[in-house]
Amino acid sequence: MTAPGLAPAGLGDEPLRVGGQAFTSRLMVGTGKFGSHAVMRDSLVASGAEIVTVALRRVDLARVGEGDVLDFVPSGVTLLPNTSGAVTAEEAHRLARLGRAATGSQLVKLEVTPDPRTLAPDPVETLRAAELLVADGFTVLPYCPADPVLARRLEEAGCATVMPLGSWIGSNRGLRTRDALEVIIETAGVPVVVDAGLGVPSDAAEAMEIGASAVLVNTAIAVARDPVAMARAFALATVAGRLGYLAGRGVVGTPTVAEASSPLTGFLSSQPEGFSASSRPEGIAP
Amino acid sequence: MSAPPGAFAKALAGLDVAGLAAAGLRADEAAVTAVLATARAGRRLGLADLAVLLSPAATGRLEELAGLARETTLRRFGRAVRLFAPLYVSNACLSSCTYCGFAKGLPVVRRTLSVDETEAEARLLAERGFRHVLLVSGEHRVEVSADYLVAVVERLSPLFPAISIETQTWSDDTYARLVAAGLVGAVHYQETYDRDRYSEVHVAGWKRDFDRRLSSFERAGDAGVRRLGLGVLLGLAVDWRADVLALAAHTTFLSRRFWRTEVTAALPRIRPNAAGFPPVVVVDDAEFVQAHAALRLYEPDLDLSLSTREPVAMRDGLVRIAVTTMSAGSSTEPGGYGTPGNAQEQFSISDERPPAAVATMLVEAGYDPVWKDAFPLVSL
Repeated sequence: MTAPGLAPAGLGDEPLRVGGQAFTSRLMVGTGKFGSHAVMRDSLVASGAEIVTVALRRVDLARVGEGDVLDFVPSGVTLLPNTSGAVTAEEAHRLARLGRAATGSQLVKLEVTPDPRTLAPDPVETLRAAELLVADGFTVLPYCPADPVLARRLEEAGCATVMPLGSWIGSNRGLRTRDALEVIIETAGVPVVVDAGLGVPSDAAEAMEIGASAVLVNTAIAVARDPVAMARAFALATVAGRLGYLAGRGVVGTPTVAEASSPLTGFLSSQPEGFSASSRPEGIAP
Repeated sequence: MSAPPGAFAKALAGLDVAGLAAAGLRADEAAVTAVLATARAGRRLGLADLAVLLSPAATGRLEELAGLARETTLRRFGRAVRLFAPLYVSNACLSSCTYCGFAKGLPVVRRTLSVDETEAEARLLAERGFRHVLLVSGEHRVEVSADYLVAVVERLSPLFPAISIETQTWSDDTYARLVAAGLVGAVHYQETYDRDRYSEVHVAGWKRDFDRRLSSFERAGDAGVRRLGLGVLLGLAVDWRADVLALAAHTTFLSRRFWRTEVTAALPRIRPNAAGFPPVVVVDDAEFVQAHAALRLYEPDLDLSLSTREPVAMRDGLVRIAVTTMSAGSSTEPGGYGTPGNAQEQFSISDERPPAAVATMLVEAGYDPVWKDAFPLVSL
């Protein structure tokens, strides 16, 4: 059986490319809200994720090696430090630099979420932060509102991906922003990673089916009754959705009304006394 | 001279919390069922709904209420429980509050830690794993001055990414200085939102000014304090339900006005202390759980904090229902971690487990003890 996260060969799928690295898995996973670091680690393994994001505010460098969250990230995965907790562009920048000093990686998931209730990303500060971080040499993956114009602005600022939200982070409400996501996906020149709000595996499949390059899931796995099984379910759904996208959806007929078997304009030649150019009565202007 | 009423004081004046509480007391089974259904559907509850959830009729539905609160807590906060430690820097006090073990005039041994002594205490807490410390003091404008507190915060900020204070209230520019030094949070319990009762128990001193205290969060929020800690002291006012309703209204007010700010609330019950103050009402254990669960449903995003003044069984039970932040291994005596027995404690604690044991309890209950949940806001 193919490991979850690996799209089967034969449909010519390309690897996901982020910041010059290639990834087979299109499911990224977060590390918050789990009941224990051990369950988190087992879930990450079951997800097959190759990119794992960690909140720098939760990392305690004084404790690495003594049970810090970083000690439970499986070896071999790419660590994506995030700036969760930052309220301004400057705070995100400072946090990203702390992360780079700690991990040696230029990768950063940019999160500027000043409202602690919705954790909605601040579009203005996110764009400012992206500009600061790109100028400082970071590979920036910004969590952002599902706004097509902002997505383009972030791309223009030099971000490696855009990560629009599917619904409020942690809400498990699915693709409430689907219409906007479709526009973002259609217009983006960088990978679009749907981040936040995916509640069940079918939400991940739906995001992949409409052409997202990847999805990022955290809460839905962490708070599931069986996080490890849910991680695997999301892995399979992500692959299924990607396959569905690559396979190409058949044209869907609108109404289920029977098609007429005779030509729609057949009546024109069967009218015995109808108007035609040659029979136009005099006095009627053409 | 008393302070002018702040914006929330005006809002509170327009709310009849006693009337809402009284109406809630008359709630029947059907009313409780309706409010629980509203919460289950994920719709916002109003203060009248909260009053229903605080009613005796809802006490009879406590298991159902707790189950719904647990689901809400898990959805919003996951399995993360934040830990912090109080660090008492001084028990000197110029306020006379009839319920407090630090009150001016009580014949207790007073001590104010020097900045060096505070750092020594802080290092012990850091060694025990804490990365969030709450600096606590009595209200003494000379011994615990703004300059002193700023110096303490500056000294501790390399050790702790999160520093909060529970001290007297301050002016705007003092809050701004504290934030610049590394302050994250301010805790100022109103104790009771009933003005008459407030003036009965706050006999003299800075804290006697109800409006100065009530408006303190408006000054702190304007100055950039990121976490605001509210509380009512259960047992102080007879109508404890009205106090919980007023606190709920206060959280909503602050959440809207300071949308970048996290609001955290606590419902301490009066504990034995040097003041020997008898509670005027006993909020029993079932009602205590009910109040926490009801607040969780009223405000799903509210951080609820529970101290070691509650016993082990209550702490271990409430963390599974509604509580999202806990202190652990606390001493309420200045210098009590490194040099205990040299000053009066504020109150006696109930849960005497060391921090590591509380963390172990959380792990065994399926929760992740979060010691660090912040990063330094000021450059080191």
